[in-house]
Amino acid sequence: MINYASREINCKIVYYGPGLGGKTTNLEHIYGKVKPETRGKLISLATETERTLFFDFLPVDLGTIRGFKTRFHLYTVPGQVYYNASRKLILKNVDGIVFVGDSQAGRMEANLESMQNLYDNMSEYGYDLTKMPFVIQYNKRDLPNAGPVPELQEALNPGWEVEDATKFRVAPDPYHAGENLVDQLPGGEWVERAPYFEAVAIKGDGVFDTLKAVSKLVLKALA
Amino acid sequence: MTAGSASWSFTPEDFSAMTASLKRFLTETNSICALLVDRSGQLVTTVGDSAGIDTTTFATLTAADYSANDQLAKLVGEKDFASLFHQGEKSIYVADVARRWILVVIFDSRTTVGLVRLRMKAELEELTLLVDRVFSRGRNGAPAERLLAGADEEIDKLFNN
Repeated sequence: MINYASREINCKIVYYGPGLGGKTTNLEHIYGKVKPETRGKLISLATETERTLFFDFLPVDLGTIRGFKTRFHLYTVPGQVYYNASRKLILKNVDGIVFVGDSQAGRMEANLESMQNLYDNMSEYGYDLTKMPFVIQYNKRDLPNAGPVPELQEALNPGWEVEDATKFRVAPDPYHAGENLVDQLPGGEWVERAPYFEAVAIKGDGVFDTLKAVSKLVLKALA
Repeated sequence: MTAGSASWSFTPEDFSAMTASLKRFLTETNSICALLVDRSGQLVTTVGDSAGIDTTTFATLTAADYSANDQLAKLVGEKDFASLFHQGEKSIYVADVARRWILVVIFDSRTTVGLVRLRMKAELEELTLLVDRVFSRGRNGAPAERLLAGADEEIDKLFNN
């Protein structure tokens, strides 16, 4: 949303993913690190045990572009399966998505269920996740039971078929040398994957890389 | 612009028209302030005395509140609840504008909910015309589509520090 009166570009980014995966932790880290004058309050609608009930919300300014202040509204959704009705509400009019996956081997099923739920909820609004700014964060990389990234990629980010012939060319992954975001499979089919990041949100590792990547994609979608 | 986003923008003329309309409404009803919020929770504009109110947060929570109530309406078989009223020393009246935006009016004992509600109808009609104008333009290649055209380098620079 572009407000010519206040000269602001406002964008909505939603952090999605399974319960206890670290979505709120991402926002808490951002809140703690950015200068107070460039962010608003961190609002958490949570239960008494600090589980997100409805959403967390944090507005941050990421700089000025063409004289317009770029204002990102960061939201998390409640990860628990039970709260799907409220989770879906938060996706309304979303500009960019971050899927925060839990790297622990035992959480794979929860990751898959949440990813499927994301696709379902988006398509109910008529949004196509493969055509909008979307990045994946593999969180909790420091835990001893964290699964290998290639396994997580295969399960959660296998890629979608590229239909637009103008995109039939290899696009290197700017964040991982030697890997590609758009690639041709041995069978000749072209696939595209979402950019991914490894993170330890509790220590802040990878948190800003993820935020920068999704914000950049959102602004580029306007360009 | 991407498929999922609220793709719209308004011009300084739209803004002046909205502000003028809301100012008139505030004077007529003796309310404290009015906020216009889009359905995704982004603040469109504030008119009146909003000192001491974190308007960004207020806008977000209002949109969430409205969306949650919208779903509650459906659960009891209503199409929607067109308005919400929260009563206190300062009261809040929330109303739908053309299913695109939400108008929030904050008032106290210097006026009555009856007067706010009475004047609200005409105000909503006026705002609906403005909303329609903004959104019809949005579909025909709004300035929103062009503002960042060719700004790739500038965007890269923004994230390089």
